[in-house]
Amino acid sequence: MAKVKVLGSGCSKCNELEKNTLAALKELGMDTDIEHVTDFAQIAAYGVMTTPALVFEDKVLSHGRVLKKDEVIKLLKM
Amino acid sequence: MQIIWDFFQNQVLGMKWLNVVIGNLLISWGFDINGQMGGSLQFFLYDTVKILILLIVLIFTISYIQSYFPPERTKKILGHFSGVKANTLAALFGTVTPFCSCSSIPLFIGFTSAGLPVGVTFSFLISSPLVDLGSLILLMSIFGTKIAVAYVVVGLVLAVLGGTIIEKIGMDEYVEDFVKNAGSIDVAAPSLTTNDRFQYAAEQVEATVKKVFWYIIIGVGIGALIHNWIPTNLILAVLGDNNPFSVLLATVVGIPMYADIFGTIPIAEALYAKGVGIGTVLSFMMAVTALSLPSIIMLRKAVKPQLLTVFVGIVATGIIIIGYAFNAFQYLFI
Repeated sequence: MAKVKVLGSGCSKCNELEKNTLAALKELGMDTDIEHVTDFAQIAAYGVMTTPALVFEDKVLSHGRVLKKDEVIKLLKM
Repeated sequence: MQIIWDFFQNQVLGMKWLNVVIGNLLISWGFDINGQMGGSLQFFLYDTVKILILLIVLIFTISYIQSYFPPERTKKILGHFSGVKANTLAALFGTVTPFCSCSSIPLFIGFTSAGLPVGVTFSFLISSPLVDLGSLILLMSIFGTKIAVAYVVVGLVLAVLGGTIIEKIGMDEYVEDFVKNAGSIDVAAPSLTTNDRFQYAAEQVEATVKKVFWYIIIGVGIGALIHNWIPTNLILAVLGDNNPFSVLLATVVGIPMYADIFGTIPIAEALYAKGVGIGTVLSFMMAVTALSLPSIIMLRKAVKPQLLTVFVGIVATGIIIIGYAFNAFQYLFI
């Protein structure tokens, strides 16, 4: 199962976040397996109310914003 | 005082000077701005530039304010209230909480699983697309303060009443089961610095302009068509005050349409200039922004058909009543 998840309804913002996250993972040399969760029940299970959201190891790192590549790198390093 | 206000109204918000500048430019290029071609060109250029400027300034300001009201916070605050008070607060929060239709379902689930009554959530869902700070300023720039304030007030009343009715007729059970079963987890709202808020506001501007640019162009295009190419008596025959079905028609046509308020305004502006009643124009705008096919389809995932039907029915009826009321009392506003 992928460690990194992008939560979103498949809107353009969500795809953008997925793209930026992918670039960040590549730069960090991490596993680039990203799961894009579009099921609302699952999204809600994370307590997220504003999509897109970024989840790493089942922890919500960010929600409601399209993060830039550098911001994803910063959050993943924490 | 009145003079200062009029100046603000016409030149700052309405940007009448821009219309003059564009008119002069067109004349110097050899266009006859009183003719059909030149006139619609002037309308198109003026409205596109005006709306884009307003859009950028407004979205930036509003997003900055909105960064103080994430939905997580709204949810917590609303949990402390009940009854009509909760509905009223939900409607008011709807005007300042950042919201896009793609987030409506997670938000719905978040509110419901936190124990908020379904009526309160619907008050929020009705007010959020219908009334926001941006639409208030935009309406002021085009229709004047009285109509803008009246629009916001009736929009809020519709949201409060709609939510309350949904509550009172026991619609709670028509929420899909997975929504009720979703656990309530609080995700901490990120703490933001002033810099973060500015950045957020700038990002919102970029995203919104990208998203609504073509809607504005299409909206202004239709507006220009109405403004100079469609005969006035044809428009008035269909949407004029003498046609008793004008408001009904404007609402029914507006409901399935999906557009931002920024794309709707130029059409409303052109119709209004042709002499269509203010109530009819407002009904059209409300129907386009409050209800749309994509948002109804989206909402269907979280609520059962009974509740969805009631929701659409209440909002549509409300919009129609508002339209006829405004038409009947429009002498008060003009």
